[in-house]
Amino acid sequence: MYVAVKGGEAAIANAHSLLADRRRGDRSVPALRLDQIVEQLALGVDRVMSEGSLYDRELAALAIVQARGDMIEAIFLVRAYRTTLPRFGYSKAIDTSAMRVERRVSATYKDLPGGQLLGPTFDYTHRLLDPELAGGTDVAEPLRRDTEAQAMPRVSAILAREGLIEPDGEMPQDHVPGDITREPLEFPMARDIRLQALSRGDEGFLLALGYSTQRGYARNHPFVGEIRIGEVELELDVPELPFAAPLGAVRVTECQMVNQFKGSAKAPPQFTRGYGLVFGQSERKAMAMALCDRALRAREFGEDVVAAAQDEEFVISHSDNVQATGFVEHLKLPHYVDFQAELDLVRRMRAEYEARESPAKVEEKRQAAE
Amino acid sequence: MRGQEARDQTERKAAMATLAQSSGDDIVRLWNEAGLPSQAELLRGPETGLVTLRGRIGGGGAPFNVGEATVTRATVRLPSGQVGHCYALGRDKQKAKLAAIADALWQDPARRAEVEARLIAPLRSALTTAHEKRRGETAATKVDFFTMVRGED
Repeated sequence: MYVAVKGGEAAIANAHSLLADRRRGDRSVPALRLDQIVEQLALGVDRVMSEGSLYDRELAALAIVQARGDMIEAIFLVRAYRTTLPRFGYSKAIDTSAMRVERRVSATYKDLPGGQLLGPTFDYTHRLLDPELAGGTDVAEPLRRDTEAQAMPRVSAILAREGLIEPDGEMPQDHVPGDITREPLEFPMARDIRLQALSRGDEGFLLALGYSTQRGYARNHPFVGEIRIGEVELELDVPELPFAAPLGAVRVTECQMVNQFKGSAKAPPQFTRGYGLVFGQSERKAMAMALCDRALRAREFGEDVVAAAQDEEFVISHSDNVQATGFVEHLKLPHYVDFQAELDLVRRMRAEYEARESPAKVEEKRQAAE
Repeated sequence: MRGQEARDQTERKAAMATLAQSSGDDIVRLWNEAGLPSQAELLRGPETGLVTLRGRIGGGGAPFNVGEATVTRATVRLPSGQVGHCYALGRDKQKAKLAAIADALWQDPARRAEVEARLIAPLRSALTTAHEKRRGETAATKVDFFTMVRGED
């Protein structure tokens, strides 16, 4: 039976206006502008774009403010907004070898065409808090070096020349890329669909799973073949133009993980690969995604599925933090009737238990009552 | 003739790419400075929607869907009859409308040179400067490996 209970309207309205007040905080402190968030909390904005699965900096910044900096709430807001927009189509596949590279490192080759470009990285910083930032000091312009533009082939292409690494992932000729925003998840799933789910998956969840593979749960001996961050041009085929419509450029992070593989009944010894591609500058996420992608390919390589990171249904069903937070957080909403039913059930079970365990006691009680 | 048509298409696409990558503010400023006409009939939009961005497995393999991006599009017709289009990342409707008008003007042989010189060329030059600046800043972080000599000789 469903019993409707009314009575929360005033409390809810007042709670929301209190939320608006607390969100704004002390009025003597200037309100944040979206451009400040876009420029100065750029990696937080990138995370919201990546897990919100919507590339739009201003919207992500707005979501961060509205959520008071709660990233999962902000991601939820962005996901909800997405559903209000019509879909124009699927872009042509981006070409990451033509990226305007802002960072590119390889842990497998020291000297590679295009070189190692550190870019704006936290690596090699001392992780000491900088009190000067608290004062808002002026920052010097970065140094520049004038060089000829150099081609920067993907490291995977270099390794491929020796024939010791598997090729880029192919799907059957007539395969149409799956889309988890259109069709419900079904297991087992093709790699392209897994990658879509991983790319919008929760960074913390994927990081923990990736870490677990390094610690021995589905160990797969990874090396970072390459990480590259930068802008790629986006194009869309539309019927009204005789060429693909150029849309502008988006910043993405790509990780090519290279994994030693000693061979199995299905495949010879070689280097296998895991792939990560995410919106914005998010290399931790791209690396975690690549580790999980490789672990989830266990069956394809005839490896035993023994660890959580290899369990496709487990990983993909739990990687979406909007779904996860929805189900966990719904527990705090009123369950009064459910709980009354449970209470009644437990009372009856307890009575039956006691009757079974000590009939003598129950008899005593009955007699006492009489 | 066919060669000319292909060249025109390449140039038109390049102009559209420049408009799509430029900021709405820059386009409005140059538009006003050049005194370009902005009368046009809106045939569609400007309207904002989603484009699903595709990547390739391993960088060059089979395509997969990565996530969506906001895109705003507009289609306009000039009094002289040319129909122009714009598709651009983001939600700037004013920019989409002006870029569609620019595309239509570009197709008018009497206007093309003016649109290229007064609008597209300065936008392109600003984009190139910005890209070169970033490339130079990135190049300064390139690792120059050197070998430490150890032992007697």
